[in-house]
Amino acid sequence: MKGYRKYFGKKIIWFLITLVVAVLLNFILPRLMPNDPVAAITGKMAQGLTDASAAQRIYEKYQEEFGTNKPIIQQFFIFVKNLFHGDLGTSFSQYPRKVSDIISSSILWTIALQFPAIIVGWLLGNLLGALAAYIRKGFDKVLLPVSLFLSNIPAFGMAVMLLVLFAVKLKIAPTSGGYNFDMIPNFSWRFVKSVISHYQLPFWSIVLVSIGGQAVGMRSMSIYELNADYVKYARFLGIKDRKIVGYVFRNAMLPQITGLAMSIGTMVGGALVAEIIFSYPGLGSTMFSAISGGDYPLISATTLIITLMVLVISFLLDIIYGFIDPRVKAAQFD
Amino acid sequence: MKNTLRQIFHSSKFVVGFLIFVGLLAVIFIYPVFHPGNPLDMIGVGTFAKPGTYVSLYDSVTTQTQVLKLPEAADKRLAKVLSDEDRVKIVNYLTAIEVDVEGLDYSDTDALLEAWRANYDESLKPKGMTKAERNYYKRLNNSLNSMGSQGEMIVTEKDPSGEEKQMAVIGTEDYVNVKDVANTKNLVFGTDNFGRDVLKELVSAAKTSIQIGLIAGTVATFIGLLLGLLSGYVGGLLDDIIMFITNIFTVIPSFVLLILISYSIGQDKRGAPVVALVIGLTSWTWTARSVRSQVISLRNRDHVNLSRLSGHSLGRILLTDILPYIASYVVMAFILQVSSGILAEAQLSLLGLGPKTTEVPTLGLMMNWAMLYSAHLNGSWWAYFPVIFTITLISFSLNLMNTGLDQVFNPTLRD
Repeated sequence: MKGYRKYFGKKIIWFLITLVVAVLLNFILPRLMPNDPVAAITGKMAQGLTDASAAQRIYEKYQEEFGTNKPIIQQFFIFVKNLFHGDLGTSFSQYPRKVSDIISSSILWTIALQFPAIIVGWLLGNLLGALAAYIRKGFDKVLLPVSLFLSNIPAFGMAVMLLVLFAVKLKIAPTSGGYNFDMIPNFSWRFVKSVISHYQLPFWSIVLVSIGGQAVGMRSMSIYELNADYVKYARFLGIKDRKIVGYVFRNAMLPQITGLAMSIGTMVGGALVAEIIFSYPGLGSTMFSAISGGDYPLISATTLIITLMVLVISFLLDIIYGFIDPRVKAAQFD
Repeated sequence: MKNTLRQIFHSSKFVVGFLIFVGLLAVIFIYPVFHPGNPLDMIGVGTFAKPGTYVSLYDSVTTQTQVLKLPEAADKRLAKVLSDEDRVKIVNYLTAIEVDVEGLDYSDTDALLEAWRANYDESLKPKGMTKAERNYYKRLNNSLNSMGSQGEMIVTEKDPSGEEKQMAVIGTEDYVNVKDVANTKNLVFGTDNFGRDVLKELVSAAKTSIQIGLIAGTVATFIGLLLGLLSGYVGGLLDDIIMFITNIFTVIPSFVLLILISYSIGQDKRGAPVVALVIGLTSWTWTARSVRSQVISLRNRDHVNLSRLSGHSLGRILLTDILPYIASYVVMAFILQVSSGILAEAQLSLLGLGPKTTEVPTLGLMMNWAMLYSAHLNGSWWAYFPVIFTITLISFSLNLMNTGLDQVFNPTLRD
């Protein structure tokens, strides 16, 4: 365990640095831009108002509320302080709801949807890819182009097609939402059943999209490993095929984990857009309504939460990687 | 160079991808030549006209007619009015007023109509039938009666003074040749929610989206290449700084940066080139990393050392001694960037942060409009399916080219 300390320490420091930069960017980027969000909102609120001083008062009130009348450094510290208290400000479009309220009611939906879907898609994709690499003949000729084509369907496209096929045409799944619109979330059997039936389509659309990409990557990784010298040597030694395949799979798996860590941001982004198609009550739909409502605090909060989620997942993947890659272990014991 | 090209065009994957892409480009450039005009013109009033050929009713009245005696014309005419749903409803009605429907066949239009005419009574109020349903049957009866008479139609024209003048008498066996009608319009993919020709819009959108992909890809590849080359070759403190930045931006999802920046720019200033630029600026990290690791493996080669000893400048060494060796990787990275740039634009547009909507259509914007007007829920497949298919086809062709190149340059991956 002692040998791992250096590796994990390094990863934790990296995690903290990226976290700080992410928060900083989330704070600075919108403020760098020439247009003043508070002025834009005041403009919307004061529409039809002929009294200039009233508009000025609205502007000042909002400035007070969002703290934009203070120097930028001070604003940043207030922002960070509020962040530590879980205070992300007040939403415009759903005034006077707190942003943290809205986020906490949608984040669980997104986590419960995306986390299992990406894991299942990743596992299935790797399995299929390894199988394709091992079987090769025939299988490769037909299935590879098909899965390549499928893997290029964007997540939202897959979502629309599943929706039209299963919900609109075959009517075996609901078209939108996370549960029946006439229900209030509770733990009754009826509600859980409704949640499960609404869960199917978004879940499978994310799974299908991630299967394609992973399978194609895993296939070429496995082929690469199957041609490696150690496999040839093992064959010379007369080691059983099954055992070799086990080694090959393990070695091909490692870059796939790194690949997952690298692409998790893109995958989450795609899945968030797919959420909009199903009007799933997660972060994606929240962000969509925030953008269409010009709800600046909500947008900045959702992006921050998504960044945080992605950072945590990449960090965890790094930690897992450290445990299963023998090279990391060896390097720490040197 | 010539040899490499020959090798590349031997890869079936690359060739297929290349042909699809070139085919798409050909359509994009040739189609507007034959169908000029602004793709954002709203030709239709009303939303989501079905795909098909539209014939001007006005012109066909004055077109020379030809009498054709087709045996099934009357049946077809009735069948068109009487949908399957209506047939079921008729039988339901007959059952409701306790008529014996035993042996009545749904597909037998004549028998069905006979039973209907014999039994329908407007004044009847069958049990359990709502007013809306009774009204439905009234409408159905009216449309059946007007079809059923099979008489001639007389078209009159109203001249400016308000006087009506008989124009034409249309019998049930009069036909016009579509070629003789002055105005017909073939809408292959119908119209969208604003009444715009979807095919024309799609061709223009594909062009803009590919342009966005190319700009984004060029910007991303250029930044990634520059940073990767410097960081890999110069090393030291510069390498540390560049890698620090690169590592941070690899983990922070570019999707989020894209949203933040696009939102901050604001709808009015977000033209297609600006969106492309922003996408490029947020997606260079992957290229920078892989270029750097390639350069590190190259920088101590003999020819590079020789060049350095000869006192060649940094730029010259990078351009003539290192770049040619990594060119294939750069091209491959570029292709992937183009494809992910197109996808990024589509996703941004779906979120409502795409290019401004007044200038040119993009694939993402078309998708966004279709979704906002619930094309997927009201059965207007032509408004979104061609868009999804085009995005998929573009990125499929690019990825196929990439895979082909990968196999040419990485012999271990060859089939």
